[in-house]
Amino acid sequence: MAIRKLLIANRGEIAVRIIRAARELGIRTVQVYSMADADSLAVKLADEAVPIGPPAAAKSYLKIDTILEAARLTGADAVHPGYGFLAENADFADAVEAAGMIWVGPKGDAIRVMGDKVAARIAAERAGVPVVPGSDGRVDDPEQARAIALAIGFPVMIKAAAGGGGRGIRIAHDMEEFDRLMLQASAEARAAFGDGGLYLEKVIERARHIEVQILGDGTRAVHCFERECSLQRRRQKVWEEAPSAALPQSLREKLCASAVSLAESVGYRGAGTLEYLYDDQSGQFFFIEMNTRIQVEHPVTEMVTGLDLVREMIRVAGGEPLRMRQDEIVLRGHAIEVRINAEDPARNFQPGPGTVAALSVPGGAGVRFDTMLYQGYTVPPFYDSLLGKLIVWDEDRSAAIARMARALDELSVEGLPTTKPLHELLARDPEVAAAAFHTRWLEPWLERNAHRLGTEETTE
Amino acid sequence: MSKQILSPLPGTFYRRPSPDKPAFKEVGDPVAVGDVIGLIEVMKSFNEVQADQAGTIIGFPVDDEEPVMAGQPLVDLG
Repeated sequence: MAIRKLLIANRGEIAVRIIRAARELGIRTVQVYSMADADSLAVKLADEAVPIGPPAAAKSYLKIDTILEAARLTGADAVHPGYGFLAENADFADAVEAAGMIWVGPKGDAIRVMGDKVAARIAAERAGVPVVPGSDGRVDDPEQARAIALAIGFPVMIKAAAGGGGRGIRIAHDMEEFDRLMLQASAEARAAFGDGGLYLEKVIERARHIEVQILGDGTRAVHCFERECSLQRRRQKVWEEAPSAALPQSLREKLCASAVSLAESVGYRGAGTLEYLYDDQSGQFFFIEMNTRIQVEHPVTEMVTGLDLVREMIRVAGGEPLRMRQDEIVLRGHAIEVRINAEDPARNFQPGPGTVAALSVPGGAGVRFDTMLYQGYTVPPFYDSLLGKLIVWDEDRSAAIARMARALDELSVEGLPTTKPLHELLARDPEVAAAAFHTRWLEPWLERNAHRLGTEETTE
Repeated sequence: MSKQILSPLPGTFYRRPSPDKPAFKEVGDPVAVGDVIGLIEVMKSFNEVQADQAGTIIGFPVDDEEPVMAGQPLVDLG
């Protein structure tokens, strides 16, 4: 059943991205929007637009019943959830299918399995994918705990089985510290959660964030190689690349094969990403979680493979088998994406919504700018700060960095602060040039370089 | 003439520090300069709104969790 009319249950740059892919496939589009997004580019570009409520996402983009009603009223036969909002909501996926429409994503059950950290870890181990070494569930016996700690090696993270949100986490560097912290952690967990159960996990220090893009049709899966997203601030990615400069070819093959095997083991359909920690000292990689949706940084993969991932996910949702064999997906050159956010790097990344007074978009060979901006558009304050993604491709990594610096020079967004000054510095940084970074590299770098991040603002 | 505390930013106005906590201020409460009267959420970042004048609260022209523009009155002071 091919899709004829697609409802986009999202907003911003990803809604624009999906409308473009749909239009190229000859699919009509329905854009739902909150009252704050009536002037959005997605609303202007879509064939039809339906208001779904006030600005607050909880009253609009997260309202399953209202979105389904909009689909029914417009005769949409499919729903694309984008990323964020309801994209990883298994109940929404089920509700779309129960209403007789196509969900552009994996089955609700696959979202449930891969969205639960423990279930995902078990699925990964069953598929032969390495996970962060740990206790495979809770440990109550101190002797057993000591044996596990010795086996996985220090430092070891001690977590409360009933905990969450970082509460009750302790890190032990040797057995003496381990014995002491186990007692403390258990007592604290019992007091806080009424359950003294603990579990153990190896601490991966100085890890790089590497993720594998996969596509599945429900039976067969292929990988589209990896991305590296080690440059993060407060766990938010700011600069992403494909491929990773740190991964030897033999490991790349193993890593990507592991992702395909895990995706096929859960009958995965659509685009998905398996995230790993990679220790470039030991050459070990560990699965951490899967994102069962298209990701913000998908364009770098598109640039190095020539695929259109959003188009492919719409095609398989419509019932087509995957169109390509693994050996037809070829990695070529290097791509980098930077996130242009409405945040002021000179003022601790304070968000600053506002009206785009003037806009100059970079062009030339190997440059792509995915954005929802246009001149005169007022960026609303109610959603995340992503304005657009500047993506470049070139034959190799150093050429891509030079091209990124050139493209950033051409980019100008007037009327509101952006993270462009941060990326200009990163594109000229020798450690970035050497790809000598890990997930905790950027934050200390920001502290050291605070004085170089925008000098025009000296007062609040 | 009545006095007002205006929103310094566009965003969503919250009268409580978190959903399970009481409001920062209620009608009838006295306000001193520097008192926190609410939060404005801008692009998922929360900013305190401090009173820039003193008085007694006689009303909240904006309800809790409602969108506001920069410069919009949040508190009427008597």
